[in-house]
Order: sequence, then C-alpha cells, then structure tokens
Amino acid sequence: MTDASIHSPASGGKSSLLALDARTKRRNAAEARFRMYGISAVAAGVFFLVVLLGAILSNGVGAFQQTFLTVEVYLDPAKLDKKGQRDIADIKKVSTFGYTPLVQQGLFDQIEANGIETPLAKRKDMKALISASAAAQVRDFVIANPDRIGDKVEFRVLTSSRVDGYLKGRVTRESVARDKNIKPVHLDLVDSFTDLGIIKKEFNWSFITGADASESRAEQAGMGVSILGSFFMTLVVLALALPIGVAASIYLEEFAPQNRFTDLIEVNISNLAAVPSIVFGILGLAVFIQFAHLPQSAPLVGGLVLTLMTLPTIIISTRASLKSVPPSIRDAALGIGASKMQAVFHHVLPLAMPGILTGTIIGLAQALGETAPLLLIGMVGYIATNYPEGIASGFMDPNSAMPAQIYEWAKRADPAYYERAWGGIIILLVFLLTMNIIAIILRRRFERRW
Amino acid sequence: MYDVHTHRAETNVDDIKISANDVQVYYGDTHAIKDVSIEIEAKCVTAFIGPSGCGKSTFLRCLNRMNDTIDICRVEGQILLDEEDIYDKRVDPVQLRAKVGMVFQKPNPFPKSIYDNIAYGPRIHGLANSKADLDVIVEKSLRRGAIWDEVKDRLHAPGTGLSGGQQQRLCIARAVATEPEVLLMDEPCSALDPIATAQVEELIDELRQDYSVVIVTHSMQQAARVSQKTAFFHLGNLVEFGETGKIFTNPEDPRTESYITGRIG
Amino acid sequence: MPVFWLILIVLGLAAVGYIIGRQRALASAGGDSRHLHSLPSYYGSNVSIKVMVPAFFLMIVWLLAQPFVIEGRVSGMIPESEIREGSSASLLMAEVRRASEGLENAVAGGFMTDEEARNARADLSDVTQRLKDAGQVVTNTITQPILKAAQAHRAMVKSSNLYMSIAVIAIAVAGVFWGLAGAKADFRARNVVERSIRWLLVAAASIAILTTIGIVLSLIFNTVEFFRLYPASQFFFNPTWLPSFGGGIDADGNPLSKLGIIPLLWGTLYISLIALAVAVPIGLFAAIFLSEYAGPKTRAIAKPMLEVLAGIPTIVYGLFALLTVGPLLIGVFGDDGLGWMQAGTAVMTAGLVMGIMLIPFVSSLSDDIINAVPQAMRDGSYGLGATKSETIKQVVLPAALPGIVGAILLAASRAIGETMIVVLGAGAAARLSLNPFEAMTTVTAKIVSQLTGDADFASPEALVAFALGMTLFIITLGLNVFALYIVRKYREQYD
Repeated sequence: MTDASIHSPASGGKSSLLALDARTKRRNAAEARFRMYGISAVAAGVFFLVVLLGAILSNGVGAFQQTFLTVEVYLDPAKLDKKGQRDIADIKKVSTFGYTPLVQQGLFDQIEANGIETPLAKRKDMKALISASAAAQVRDFVIANPDRIGDKVEFRVLTSSRVDGYLKGRVTRESVARDKNIKPVHLDLVDSFTDLGIIKKEFNWSFITGADASESRAEQAGMGVSILGSFFMTLVVLALALPIGVAASIYLEEFAPQNRFTDLIEVNISNLAAVPSIVFGILGLAVFIQFAHLPQSAPLVGGLVLTLMTLPTIIISTRASLKSVPPSIRDAALGIGASKMQAVFHHVLPLAMPGILTGTIIGLAQALGETAPLLLIGMVGYIATNYPEGIASGFMDPNSAMPAQIYEWAKRADPAYYERAWGGIIILLVFLLTMNIIAIILRRRFERRW
Repeated sequence: MYDVHTHRAETNVDDIKISANDVQVYYGDTHAIKDVSIEIEAKCVTAFIGPSGCGKSTFLRCLNRMNDTIDICRVEGQILLDEEDIYDKRVDPVQLRAKVGMVFQKPNPFPKSIYDNIAYGPRIHGLANSKADLDVIVEKSLRRGAIWDEVKDRLHAPGTGLSGGQQQRLCIARAVATEPEVLLMDEPCSALDPIATAQVEELIDELRQDYSVVIVTHSMQQAARVSQKTAFFHLGNLVEFGETGKIFTNPEDPRTESYITGRIG
Repeated sequence: MPVFWLILIVLGLAAVGYIIGRQRALASAGGDSRHLHSLPSYYGSNVSIKVMVPAFFLMIVWLLAQPFVIEGRVSGMIPESEIREGSSASLLMAEVRRASEGLENAVAGGFMTDEEARNARADLSDVTQRLKDAGQVVTNTITQPILKAAQAHRAMVKSSNLYMSIAVIAIAVAGVFWGLAGAKADFRARNVVERSIRWLLVAAASIAILTTIGIVLSLIFNTVEFFRLYPASQFFFNPTWLPSFGGGIDADGNPLSKLGIIPLLWGTLYISLIALAVAVPIGLFAAIFLSEYAGPKTRAIAKPMLEVLAGIPTIVYGLFALLTVGPLLIGVFGDDGLGWMQAGTAVMTAGLVMGIMLIPFVSSLSDDIINAVPQAMRDGSYGLGATKSETIKQVVLPAALPGIVGAILLAASRAIGETMIVVLGAGAAARLSLNPFEAMTTVTAKIVSQLTGDADFASPEALVAFALGMTLFIITLGLNVFALYIVRKYREQYD
C-alpha cells in the first residue's frame, strides 16, 4: 500500500464489484472455515448424544427380556414333608436346599425324555442352567399350596444368568472357557432345550417390578423397589420444595425490601444453585442423620436432602414466572382496594402457576436423577431388597433410589449386571422423559405472552 | 401505483453513483418498499425523509446490502453502483460494504480503544501494510471525522467512554477510515443533543467534497440544512425526488406538501 | 406414633378454632359480614394461626432438644470403664439408644411387659433373648451398665414425650382463647393474618441462608474433629493418599493412614482440565454457530438436542464412561493399540465424558451471553464490510469475553464438583502422574468412598471426607462467587 493510496479516497474506485479480489477470496475462505468449526461443534454435540443414546438402547434393551425354562418338578413328599402331616410348620423347616435337587431332577429328566445326547450324566450338572432363585420359587409355591405335595407341577423358572447371557449373545463358547460356572457342554444342552422350547426368552416384567438380588443372582434383580424409593423421595421433594420454593419466591419477588437481608438471601440462592450435589449429601449426613437422628437410608431423609438441593432451581424459575406477570395486573387489583397479599395470591400467583409448575417438574426431574448425595446418607443400591410395607414404611424404612441402584449394579463384577444397569437407565430416562414432556405440554398449553 | 415526481434537469449521467430501478423489498409477507427508482449523485448529500415506517431506512440498508443480515428480508429489482449490479450473485457484500460505508442511528463504537475502533476497518480490508501506515490512516480519519483534537491525547482510551456526539463522530471517522465511495447515514443525529447535532451536520457538509452521502433523517430542517437532493418516502413509495430547495418550497405531490406542512407524519 | 397423634390434635384444635372464630366474629357483627373489618374467613384463620404456630414451634424445639438433654443425663450413668479400646462415648451412646428403642419395640410387640422393660435388676441374658425374639437387632456388646442406661433412657424418653404432649396441647388450647379474643367486628383480622403469612414467606426465603449455615457448620465441626485426630500439615502437604483399613498409629505415634489431599486435588484438576478442553471449544463454537449462523429451523432442532445432553443424569454419564468410553479407549490406547493405557478407568475416560456432559452447559451460557451483545455492535462491523467471522472474532467475542470467562469458571466449578462420572470412570487409586491414561481419583470420589465404606464414623478415615468436602466447598464457592460477579458486571454493561 503506498502513501498515495491512503490519501486518495477512491483507492478501490476502479476495481469492479463483480470480480472478487484476492484478499476477499482469502477472507471468504477464512469465513467458510470458521463456519465449518461451528457446524462441526454442533455436529459433535449431536454425535455424542446419538452415541450415548445408542449405547443405552443397544446395551439396555436386553434387560427387559429374560430367559426362562419350563420344568416339571415332582414335589416329592419324602423330601418335603417327611412326617406326612402336611403341617405347614414342618414344611417350612425344609430350606431351599431341599428343593434344589428336585428342580434339577425335573430338568434332568427332560434330557432322557427328549432323547438328547449329552455327556452330562449327573443331576447336579443341571445346576449351571438353573437360577438359584428357582428353588425358592418352588418352596414358596409349596408353602402356599401344601396339598400339591406329591404332584408333578410345571414351573416357569429363571435360568442362570450365564444361560441368559448365552441366549442374548453376551456369553459365548470362547468366553466360557475360563468360566468355572458353566462349560461348553452345558451350552450344547441349552441349544437342544431351546430347540425344544423348554428354554425361552420372554419379556421380563420382574425387571421393572422386582427387588434387587444378591451379587450371584443377576437374573433375578429388578428395579421395582428402588422405583418405589424414588417415588417416595419425589413425593417428599414435591411436598416440601413446591410450597417453600413458591413462598420464598413470592417474598423475594413481591415483598422483599431492598436491604442487606434480601441481598444475603439472593446471594445464598445463586450460590447454592452451583454448590456440588455431594456437598448436600454431606449436609444431609451431618444434619439429618448425625444431628437430628433421622433414620439412615430412609427416603424421607433423601427427600429432605434433595429438597434443599432443588430449592434454588425452583426458586429461580418461579421468580422468572412471577416476573413475567405484568405489573398492570397487580395495579389493577390494588386499584380496587385489594391488599398486596390479596393481589399476589388472587391474581399474580394463578397467572404464574403454569410457569411455576413447569419449573418444579424440571427441578423434580433433576432430583430424580441425582445419585451422589443419596450414597452419603446410605441410600445405596443393595438395600433395595424388600418392598415397603405401607405408606409410613415407604418413607421411613431403608430403601434406595433408581440412580443409586444403577450405580450399585455398575459396580458389581458380573457383566450380567451391566446389562441391568443399562436397562435401569432406560427406565430412569423414561421417567425423566415423561416428566419433561409434561412440563413442555404445560408450557405449551398455558403459556401466556403478555 | 403512484407517479414519482423526479426532477432531472442539470444532472450529468457520469455523476450518477447509485442508480436503483424498480426496487421491491419484502419482510416476510410485508411489502415494505414498492417500485422505488432513484439516482444518487456523486459528491452530493442526498436526504431521505418521510414519516416513521415509510421505508426510508429500509431502502437505505438496501444500498449496502445490510438487509442481508436479516433472514426474512427479500430484495427484488436492480441497484447499480457505478453501473454494476450490487445484487449480482458474483458480488460479495463484504467488498460492497467496503465501498459503501454506513453510520447508524445510535452511536455504536466497539468496546475497544479509539485507535482500534478506527483501525478495525483498515485492518480487515488490508489497507495498511505497517503500523506507521495505520497510524497515518487513523489520524487522517479522525481529522476528517472532526474529532482528532478532542481524542488525540487518549487514542488508547475505550471508545465507549466518549460523549454521545463524540461517539457518533468516532463512528463516522471509523466509516471513513475504510476509504468508502458512498457513506450511508441512518438518522445519525437522532440520539444526539443539539450542539452535537450541529457538529455532525457540519461534518457531513465537509464530507460532501469527497464522498457521495445519503442521509436518512426525520428532521426536515436537517434535510434542508445539509442536503442538496431530497427524496420523500411515504408508505414504501418514493413519492418525490429532486433538489432540496424545490422539494421544500415547491413540492409537486400533495402528499409531500402535507408532510412538509406537518399534516401527515 | 404419639407425635403423629399430637400433630392431628393440634390440627383439629386449629380447625375447631377456625370455625368458632369465624362464627364469633359474625355474631359480634350481628350476623352481617359487612359490619366486619375483614372477611369472616380472616377471623377464623387468625385463630388457626395462633393455635398452630406456637404449638408446632414448641414441638419442634422440644424434639430437637430432647435427645441432647436426655443423653447428657444418661451418659453420666455409664462408667468410664465401659468405653472400650477403639470405641468412643458416642458409639456407646448409639448402643444405648438402640437398646432403648429395642425395649420399646419389644414392649409394643408384646414380647415383654412394661414391667419387665423397666426392671432394673433384669437378667441381661434373659432380656437380650427376649429382644432377639422380638426381632430387634442386638449386638453382643450390650453389658449390664448399658442395659441399665438403656432402661433409664427409655423411661426418660417416655416421660419427656408425655410432658411434651401436655405442654403442646396446653399451648394450643391457650392459642384458641387468644385467637378468639380477636373475634370481634372491629378487630383488624386481615392485617394480622397477612402479617403472619408475610413472616411465613420470610421464613421460607430464609431457608436458603439456613442451608448455607447448615453446610458450613456441618463441614466445620467435623473438619475440626478431623484435625484433632490427624495433623493438618499431613493433610495439606503429604503427597500420598493411602488410608489404612483399621486406622491406628505406628510406633512413633504417627497415624498409619496417609491422608494427603495433594494427589486428590491433582486428579480433580487434571480431569477438570481435560473436561474443559473438550467442552469449551465445542460448547463455544456450537453457541456461536447457533446464535450467529444457524437459521431458525436448524436452531429449533439443534438447540434442544444439545440441551438433552444437559438433562441426562450424571449416573448415566458415569456408566457411559465405565462401560462404553473406557473399553473404547482401551481398544485404541491399550495394550493392543498404542500401549499407553492399562485399564478402562482413567483420567482421560472421565475427562472426555465429563467434557461431553459440560458441552450444553458451556453452550447455553455462552449463547445467552453472545445474544446479550447488542445488534448495533454487529451492524457497525458489517457496515464497515467485515465478514461474519471477523465480526464475531473481533467484535462480538471481545465484547462477550468477560461473560464467557464467567461461564467457563462456572463450568470448571461444575467439573470439580462432579461425582458420579469420576467415581465410575476415573479409577480409585490416588496418583500424582502426568499420564492422562492412568487411573487417578478426585476429591469427590474419595468423599463417597470414605463415607460409604466400613470405616468407623468417628475415625479420621471417615472424618477426612468432611475436610475434603470443606476443601471442595471453598474451591467451588470461590469459583462461583467470582464467576457470578463477572457475569453480573457483564450484564449490567449492556442493560
């Protein structure tokens, strides 16, 4: 660039607009590159979402199917009721160990009956195929129907998790080479049974409704009890966080004077919204359990902790909805002689309600997915083995929650539990999705534009 | 359709800088500019006047394709700058805007130093090879923007710290720094006080020596003070276009007369 | 459930008070509500409030104070000799409490008469047997003095409950009369009721302050307790984290557990750094694209999709790290590939997944901030012939910089406080290493493991979690306050 060009205002005057000069071409290339960065960033985000959802679905859907085997069990009176009195107390004395051989025998008989050729010659070899829960299932049946002792009864029992994994492709002949629980010959037998329809893969309701099971019985574990735990906890959060959050928001938005105290509350709320969730767990442990002696692992305590955690979220969204109600509404009410309190409760609050509910549901969804604080107050997964006996027990008795149950499964060594963890995530996400859809519908239907 | 009253007597064809033919602008479904044809001369101040919402600003923004940044806006017709169609596919709006600079209603200095505000345009267009070149451009532009004396001691202070009138002159200097051929000004004085307005008007009169200036204003007095040609817009139509003196003293269209005498607007 | 019944009684009194108060007020105005100062319902509410507020307040205070008073008295009864090696007074107290509850439940279940439960000379083995029959948890550490203390404890709890019921009901009844005194036509019932409601609103808003106080106090008390058992200098400066299982001290009187925070902080920072290195460029560019380039349709699809990432619980990301990303990385960097990685759980695994989690956080915050830059700024730049990217890089981003820095700090605070992803994805070994493919652990992961393990609650191995929590709280609080300050200053600039 020469000095002359700086001084002549029409330096570019003779260049045509229709031809791009070299510099503009370079600048446009830079522009296109920059735009590409943006597109790639969005694409990366979407890609991660797709991979994440893909991983969840592909790994988790299997948990909703379970392999069952149909077996005829001879309820041998000689083993189950030695005295022959059909006295329920006597029958109860026979533990599941007494039933295991009967179930195994039932399956073993099928080999001969169907003429299957297998090197497995002993009844005990059937152990690898049958879930440990089968004996308990049969025992429960006998205790409920003592008069059936002596009959041959057909049962639909769970297979062992290895057999289940084999049918789902998780367990292969190669992978069982080092497995002491099952041998390739067992898998050959499973193939024959599958052909005969004795072993079948079916939809598994008990995954949704069942309780957690011991480490070695992955095939039996279900989410049911922890769903109830989450449910009771969410009730606590709803019952506390909604009224307290709304009350606090009304105060801050409508009544609070401009002073130090109000500032202090505001600062506290915005900071609490960003405090790590685990710190709320520490708070719950120290205050609710150590100090106030509330029961450990109780959904009530979990609900209290999550309430404190979600309150800032709910307050922030509630204040936004209150703010969106135009001042003219308040003026109109005050103008006809309503008190400030009446103006707020009769006019502003109902108009802000859809927004408040939307915010609350989103807050609840956040609470439902939270794990870390629950672990600290003892709501760990392995506790979710018994159904609560009624409402009070639902709040006070030890239980777990969906995310804590998933965490527990993820920690266990048996890969069969990984499938259940993914499946648990599907259930959890279905709940979250439902809540978010409700929130969206609420917003769409009742949202007002002023 | 209305007749457009254009007075073409002494205009030489060579002096025509911008020539618009049958320009239509749509905002979504709204037809904002209808059949506007106008010829804007070089080295002359042309004023666009008219009531609010008449389309004068919209039309101004067509002249350097600023409307491209609005998604729903669509422009039809032909606008020639030095006999080249600026809406031709081959035209890069970036290159166009370097030739047709713009000053906005509200002063909008970047949150940078005064120096960087001025140097921004020359830097992106590669007008300076060295720091020394840039210093020369900055000083020259600030002088031309009639603000050099006020800011020469604080070139590295933020541009946002200046007063409103100073900010607007800074923005004009910034536009001048890229060596444009045409300067578009969209109500450049509407956010300024009377003293600052007078300073900016004086500046516009000086700029006429080098540039073709198009100014949108809602103040008829301002149009009368600074412009040689005036175009009156009404409801998206160009109603009358001619010598400023003639428009204000002897308008041909009754609507122009009503507006000037204060009956519509 | 006596407390439950007590609550019902107070509620019942409040309801009765409401009806009577309303009627009295109406009667005093000759049955014509127009002569009343306020609407009739306000007179009723006035009575209800005066019944419930003092009664429930007393009840809460009583229930909170009761354990301290009673345990203070009971602990005097346990001889010093009962506190055994490796145990503490608080553990013993828990034992007493459990035994006391056991006795109560056994009586309630009909396994024991009230007489037997009170009998001070009861035979230990007999009582424990009966407790076992009643299905109560009985540990073999119950001794005669503990049983006695438990019996005294139970007696005191019972009488305290009785006194409380009497006091609460008395105060509720007094409240009825106090409220009814105001059931007169010229009483300003609405003002009184509204003032009470206002105080309720203030109380609700103050919960935010109480929560903060609760967090700070619970951290401070336990941290102080920890530093009494474990030297602070060791905690802050010892470069090893190696808690020993049983605790204890070595020959020189130093604790066997090495509880140095440095490797944990290093792990936390390293993982957060990787997470930010993933999230900040992607999030920022996504925000720029969505706010400056994308058309309304693209925006309407892409923005919610990114936000879905934000709505997914962290446990899902944890599982994703452990079971998908970890094995994937092993495939590339493991022994079959480049040979840099030993196990799926590593700093890289957790960092990458946490970065994915933070993308929507960074992008939506940056989006808000970029949108807050006035359009006039962009127009000015376009008017000079700048391209979009030049405008963004040289005008919009510099203008938005403080806000974006604030957003990144908030994201950093998120990363530092994130728990489930690191618990599942980062590994459990505390290490000071530069290799991002090694397993390391973080402050949050250790808080979980120290408090959910078997460690005795009063041991330094468990209490260290509170000191870690304190550190975490201070770091994140500092980041948050600073970030919120920056963002607020930024917004004021363009308001």
